[in-house]
Amino acid sequence: MRGRLILLLLVAALVLLPLGLKNYGIYLLSLWAISTVAALGLNLTLGYAGQVSLAQAAFVGIGAYVSALLTTNGVDFWVALPLAGLLCFVVGLLLGFPALRVQHHYLAFVTLGFNVLVFLVLRNEEWLTGGSYGVSDIPRPAVFGFATDRPLAFYYLTLGFLAAAGLALWLLVRSPWGRAFTALRENPMRAASLGIDIRTYTLLAFAIGSALGGLAGAFYAPLVEFIDPTPFHPAASLALLLMVAVGGSGYFFAPFLGAALVILLPEWLRFSEGLYLMLYALLVMVLMAYCPSGLCGLWVRFQARMRARGAGLAEGGRP
Amino acid sequence: MSPLLEVRDMRRSFGAIQAVDGVSFAVRQGEILGIVGPNGSGKTTLFNCILGQIRPHSGEVRLDGVAVSGLSPARLSRLGIGRTFQMLQVFGGMNVRDNLIVAAQEHTGSLASRLFSPPDAGFGARAEEMLDFFKLRHLADQPAGDCSFGQQKLLDIAMALMAGPRLVLLDEPAGGVNPATLSELHDMLGRLNREKGASFVVIEHNMDFVMSLCDRILVLVEGRVLAEGAPGEIQKNPAVIEAYLGN
Repeated sequence: MRGRLILLLLVAALVLLPLGLKNYGIYLLSLWAISTVAALGLNLTLGYAGQVSLAQAAFVGIGAYVSALLTTNGVDFWVALPLAGLLCFVVGLLLGFPALRVQHHYLAFVTLGFNVLVFLVLRNEEWLTGGSYGVSDIPRPAVFGFATDRPLAFYYLTLGFLAAAGLALWLLVRSPWGRAFTALRENPMRAASLGIDIRTYTLLAFAIGSALGGLAGAFYAPLVEFIDPTPFHPAASLALLLMVAVGGSGYFFAPFLGAALVILLPEWLRFSEGLYLMLYALLVMVLMAYCPSGLCGLWVRFQARMRARGAGLAEGGRP
Repeated sequence: MSPLLEVRDMRRSFGAIQAVDGVSFAVRQGEILGIVGPNGSGKTTLFNCILGQIRPHSGEVRLDGVAVSGLSPARLSRLGIGRTFQMLQVFGGMNVRDNLIVAAQEHTGSLASRLFSPPDAGFGARAEEMLDFFKLRHLADQPAGDCSFGQQKLLDIAMALMAGPRLVLLDEPAGGVNPATLSELHDMLGRLNREKGASFVVIEHNMDFVMSLCDRILVLVEGRVLAEGAPGEIQKNPAVIEAYLGN
């Protein structure tokens, strides 16, 4: 019950917060919502199914370019969006088929290589992607005839997108599929001995995670209205990985917190002028060293401590 | 009528070591077969070869007369052969009830149907039954990793039984279990065998446990079958005594 109340308050805050913000603040919140969806996808692949992928930014890039190229050529956004997701699902399957033969850091390198490849294609295939000049004048979609050209309207659209993606994923991780994903992360050999087809589920987790990246990318293009290959560099995959890790890999709410920290904290630290990125790096290092299970892990630890203290008091122990 | 499980001339070596060297045996429906032998006699390798965990160099496995050699562990599980491992293998981060449900959910319906099926995948009632049978009800919502070793051992076996397999291969079920839990486990396996007709193959070092539980014993030494017979005969067999005690 208390959890639901907190969730309701947070949603209310997300709806009301931008009313007091300038355009840049609203842009950052929209970026947070979109990045959270991409990180939700990576959290499914990494946190639930245990596959280390360093290619999430590549899928965001594929989704962004599909959305940008189609909508600038007159295709409706609501047609481009599912196509972006579908293409990334298929590419995820095609990449996963050979790549998921290997695990852990080997898989990290294979996916990193894929991200480099996608980045080079985006930069060099000028006839399709515009190369370094990118794609400009990307239109923002209309929702039931309402334009989302203004920052606030587009923010509410991304918030709705985040809510839909979050709900779908919440249902997924609670379905038998989600349980199978967790089983193969925890112990693939035991999972197989219980009839769980490791290969099928690993591929599915990877492809669904990739598709969420693609959908996020499809929203990223109209947010920035101009895209070039830079934001889809492998370094961006590391930033997405950081969001999942800082939030707490394998916890449902980790991407929400992690994306907030990775996107908003540097902005809040700007008061320190040239030092802000250093401060940010130090904070992340301290958090990861002190609590590798991230912010969500920190919260679980804190709750356990409070409960233990409560139990101690109830037994009439020392205060 | 063909036996429930038939293994013919199974062979597997690791480098120069012949771990399993031409083992043949059969398990009848409703039988409990014990496999004993000194450490390194190839018992676990034999299990792994039967269950597709490692590829045997030669040999054949038949389930109900149908050749199943070379199938993946997941396929064999869905065909009705359950197993436990020597080391505890529960999903520590999942609660006890989910451990049971995940152990059965793949045995029915299609992949797509499992995406839209209710969260318990239709195995909720079966899981409750198992919780009662294995006396784990009070732990149902606890993470399995927080349970005691003995409770995890019971859960491990309950998981292997969840989908209602025709045959379960147990690798040292008694290992590390305290005497009270051990006699409970003994009774449970015996009851499952008598009341539900469950068939088992049990690898075990605890002689009291295996001799009193099993209908028939297979003795493996250096990858070969040294003797086979009723527990009473095996305990008197001079070759077996020599293999265990040396001369």
